[in-house]
Amino acid sequence: MKRRQFIQKSTAATVLAGVGGLGLQSFGSSKTKKITILHTNDVHSHIDPFGPDDGRNANKGGVARRATLVDAIRKENPNTLLLDAGDIFQGTPYFNYYGGELEFKLMSMLKYDVATIGNHDFDNGIDGLYAQIPHAKFDFVSANYDFSNTVMDTHVKPYKIIVKDGIKIGIFGLGIKLDGLVDKNMYKETVYLDPIEKAQDMSRLLKEEQKCDLVICLSHIGYDYKKDSDKVSDLKLARATKDIDLIIGGHTHTFLPKPTIEKNSVGKNVLVNQVGCYGLYLGKVDFYFNSGKNIKADGAAIVV
Amino acid sequence: MTIKQTLKLCFLLLIFSCASSKISKIEGERLTIDENINPKTEIENFIKPYREHVNKDMDNVISYAPETYTKSDGELNTAIGNLMADAVYDEGNPVFYKKTGKYIDFVLLNHGGIRSIISKGNVTTRTAYEVMPFENSVVVAAIKGDKVNEMMTYLANAKRAHPVSRQLQLTITADNEVKSATVHKEPIDVTKTYYVATNDYLYNGGDGMTFFKPNDGLTVLDYKIRNVLIDNFKKTDTLHPVRDNRFIKLNF
Ligand SMILES: [Zn+2]
Repeated sequence: MKRRQFIQKSTAATVLAGVGGLGLQSFGSSKTKKITILHTNDVHSHIDPFGPDDGRNANKGGVARRATLVDAIRKENPNTLLLDAGDIFQGTPYFNYYGGELEFKLMSMLKYDVATIGNHDFDNGIDGLYAQIPHAKFDFVSANYDFSNTVMDTHVKPYKIIVKDGIKIGIFGLGIKLDGLVDKNMYKETVYLDPIEKAQDMSRLLKEEQKCDLVICLSHIGYDYKKDSDKVSDLKLARATKDIDLIIGGHTHTFLPKPTIEKNSVGKNVLVNQVGCYGLYLGKVDFYFNSGKNIKADGAAIVV
Repeated sequence: MTIKQTLKLCFLLLIFSCASSKISKIEGERLTIDENINPKTEIENFIKPYREHVNKDMDNVISYAPETYTKSDGELNTAIGNLMADAVYDEGNPVFYKKTGKYIDFVLLNHGGIRSIISKGNVTTRTAYEVMPFENSVVVAAIKGDKVNEMMTYLANAKRAHPVSRQLQLTITADNEVKSATVHKEPIDVTKTYYVATNDYLYNGGDGMTFFKPNDGLTVLDYKIRNVLIDNFKKTDTLHPVRDNRFIKLNF
């Protein structure tokens, strides 16, 4: 497989051309830890692979194959998280027949850790979503949907902190504006709050108060809206915030061959990624951590 | 050391270890899910009964099509489009009457909303899912005659076989002007309120259909277009959709 390698450094001091994973050992007493983030978005009830005659996605996708791949990656690195950025529901008769039960059960079997909520997850109404919650053995996060006057109250948290190999990972969720996109009868008293303001609150809380080593935003606000410049997007979110390391996006069904590197409000790198839709791809981002005391540089080598 | 002290120490150690971990390198890649990956047996076996149930139901024969019908077999009206618009009228009208005590005047759908052909042979539940994979539902907008006229102008200029139900007759000239337009064989009355059934997508301005707003009221039937088709097919032993003269263009 040919992969275009791209190395970007925010601090010149530690540049090592063609950095290998073990080059980091040269920092003396330091120990390298690796956290693997796997992610999907907009799977839209695509449980079975596309058939051989499909015009666009022939023989691609399939949950059972995704399970094999996730297992292999977890075997290689047990410190792996599996995340989904929303729109789990709607797109095949499985959803029409079972209302999302099978989707949640399978995600639980694949040991998803955290998911956020997409607009189509309201397609059977907020009551339809609530009815499937018992089948989900993973957590839902959303920082900008206020569910307190709905049945989903307490079932969705603004963020979730997971510690893997001593590395503290904070994950918060963001959802898209529902008005005009989803019928009010469906989302009922769900209140949409400004995603950028909420992201600023969350990243401060997770980084400064909770001292997370890694901050991830699971977003269903969409990657980029060129013609609609007023619309908030993952790229705008990346530029307007700080202390977020990775934004995993959804909604726009954007097929990014590799994560986009953006500069945040203080000039640091943020990765923005999205893997299209229908479970055709699995996104994988590996974070290497150096726990030694003698690290001065605050820039990481990004290889995408 | 008391438990409390131990916990406090652990907490401090956690804070310390957290604060001193820095990201040194990030690698990103995209992995393709395709036939090169074997499906996990446990997952495959779990899906199987669900799949079999869905397939059995989807393959349930609910009608028969003597011909293949496509949305490209007519210039401004097609057999399949007429079938869909008439089905929305026939199935939607009793529901609307029950809710409001009024009758639907006619139906307008969009050509792009016909997502598949109906193939010659058995018509199954799957056929309805293929023709209408989306969740759009029937809504009835109460619009004034001048808005109906706007709609006629839109249809004359759209040059597409947007499906309309049999209660409407629209004839346009060779240069896309409205020649005549009638509802229940009566000319359109600008002062009258018409009850036009469509889907929620078009009602909200989809395909540039801006004439549903402002209006004198909206009734949501809570009835998916797909279910309209399924119900309609189930009642019809053999489908006989035909192209007719409900929406035509003159040669002069
Ligand atoms: Zn989606």
